[in-house]
Amino acid sequence: MKGAEIIIESLKKENVECMFGYPGGVVIPIFHYLFNAPFKFILSRHEQGAVHAADGYARASGRVGVAIATSGPGATNCVTGIATAHLDSVPLVVFTGQVKRSQIGNDAFQEVDITGITRPITKHNYLVQDVKDLARVIKEAFYIASTGRPGPVLIDVPIDISNAEHKFSYPETTYLRGYKPVYEGHSGQIKKACELIAGAKRPVIYAGGGVVISNASKELMEFAHKTNIPVTTTLLGLGVFPETDPLSLEMLGMHGTYYANHAVNESDLLIAVGARFDDRVTGDIAEFIPHAKVIHIDIDPASVSKTVQVDIPIVGDCKRVLAEMNKIVKPPKIEAWQEEVAKLKREHPLTYDKADKGMIKPQYVVEELYRQTNGDAIICTEVGQNQMWAAQFYKYTRPRTFISSGGLGTMGYGFPASIGAQLACPDKRVIDIAGDGSIQMNIQELIVAVQHRLPIIVAILNNCFLGMVRQWQQLFYEKRYSYTCMNFAPDFVKLAESYGAVGIRIEKYEEVIPAIRRALEITDKPIILDFLVSREENVYPMIPGGKSFKEIIMRDLA
Amino acid sequence: MASPGDKHIKQYVISVKVENRFGVLARVAGLFSARGYNIDSLTVSATELEDVSIMTIVVRGDDRVIEQVKKQLNKLIDVIKVSDHTGLPTVEREFVLLKINALPGKRSEIYQLGEIFKADIADISPKTITLGVKGEPENIDNFIELMRPYGIKELMRTGRVSLLKE
Repeated sequence: MKGAEIIIESLKKENVECMFGYPGGVVIPIFHYLFNAPFKFILSRHEQGAVHAADGYARASGRVGVAIATSGPGATNCVTGIATAHLDSVPLVVFTGQVKRSQIGNDAFQEVDITGITRPITKHNYLVQDVKDLARVIKEAFYIASTGRPGPVLIDVPIDISNAEHKFSYPETTYLRGYKPVYEGHSGQIKKACELIAGAKRPVIYAGGGVVISNASKELMEFAHKTNIPVTTTLLGLGVFPETDPLSLEMLGMHGTYYANHAVNESDLLIAVGARFDDRVTGDIAEFIPHAKVIHIDIDPASVSKTVQVDIPIVGDCKRVLAEMNKIVKPPKIEAWQEEVAKLKREHPLTYDKADKGMIKPQYVVEELYRQTNGDAIICTEVGQNQMWAAQFYKYTRPRTFISSGGLGTMGYGFPASIGAQLACPDKRVIDIAGDGSIQMNIQELIVAVQHRLPIIVAILNNCFLGMVRQWQQLFYEKRYSYTCMNFAPDFVKLAESYGAVGIRIEKYEEVIPAIRRALEITDKPIILDFLVSREENVYPMIPGGKSFKEIIMRDLA
Repeated sequence: MASPGDKHIKQYVISVKVENRFGVLARVAGLFSARGYNIDSLTVSATELEDVSIMTIVVRGDDRVIEQVKKQLNKLIDVIKVSDHTGLPTVEREFVLLKINALPGKRSEIYQLGEIFKADIADISPKTITLGVKGEPENIDNFIELMRPYGIKELMRTGRVSLLKE
């Protein structure tokens, strides 16, 4: 069997249902066998789109996302997608073609050292040098990508390996003596943590993307309800704990709720579950959680005490550790704290200027998307203001319903990711909440959604600005809007139509609900909703970068 | 970033057992370079097992960053084990080659000093002597200092290897 065929057979063994990619010279042998593959292949229009789509597929389904690109520019176009997945711990296996082995290092046509380039942004990568290794490498790649703290794995396949002959036999198991993720938490540490919890006066649970990855939502809910400890989530943790629950403080961090940040700042015990104390969460590390001890549950030992010193680390899988804790944890006496938190929630809700009925407020659009979908959609986002409003004003109640580039902050991620999410969840409505800047970064993928009749709704919060950068320029750079004004933009309605999608422009408040309803009735093609929104709206609350909770900005100063 | 004047910067000796495969050195070195750390010395040694190598890395940094680097090293799939030898009882050896200015009148002095350190005379030319010395890194430092007054034309140290004592 040829190497190329071994790749397809191996993917079948891994039960791959859907693969994303783009052909090119040195991967023609692989595409030759992909032609008859029993799984779906989605031809992107740019390799970055393929990797983001595989990533969206992985986040929505919990399965490994698979992508393929050719050597050279095909491979370098994957880099942003791979880095995005790496920072957010998304399991991907990305195949790239490589020039034949004898040409490697000769600056051959379309040659780059992609294993060198992606070394710091993959969990692991391989350059296959012998066809005998191919099946084993693929087996290992899927195993590494999906276990422990997941991440992307790249496999670089020289064309002569694809063309070489070898007998196919897929290994049953992997043997990696340097890779042994720890799943079970240390029982002594778990006991100590529970003792600390029982005596806490002002505890807060801080849940992150690790809870999504380990499918630990149920265990987290049980833990919170057993202890009555309020729960805040990170951006990537949105949905692991229902934001409609009275214990929910919603998101914390730079653009988190006042009450989440206040509670964390005042807490005497922070229970971090599958979260990594990102700087967008902590702000100024020296001022972060001045009174709190820290329990940290994480599968990655390198996340523990990386930025914030931890008192009780528990290395293990969130699901198993929480399940163990649920067996023994005793609720702390925190009635006063609960009242204080409830009062904070009442007194400082997320809000915006609802009286201003001039241009449509972007926050209102997100709220209406929430109402019209009954909170049941999968929301993908781009990056910037659109992402933060999507996080704040849509209420997430289930994991894997908020899909966003958190760590890398990749503009252009949301739309291709929504293609992957829609393919993973054909029965769900998938909405990409976008900005007019971000959507233009991977707009070419629109034709993929049209081709596969995916009814993705793209809600552009169009303020003709790169809004988040403009907001920073307004607040911290003397209002000098240097190159953030996007007045020259395509007509998104005509653009949608030219691709064979539906385009609707919404300019007035009363048009918002009918437009969303009309979009929700369409089930066989993508819809672009171009909301012309209030141009200089800012995202609040805001804790400026590197500052502490004390410096939170709640609203525009006149 | 580490700067020599920083007072909580100290020297660490980290021993990393790795799969003997291409690309491993780049992965390990990358973790240090990505943090702006200059490695003082790095040796890659064959071991009693054909498919295992050991890297002995000497690096300066502060506790926190080195702790993080060790954890990141552990995360590399090709890394089998990371041991921090800093401050532990170890056996350490290093080798140095020194080319020293030595006109005929100075040769016997240099020989005598060399003998104390069990130096090999690797080469002699009309104006120079090349000596090889093996030993503990501190001994090698001392020998180099003793040779400095004669004029060191060239010097090469292998970097240390370090084994934990039983």
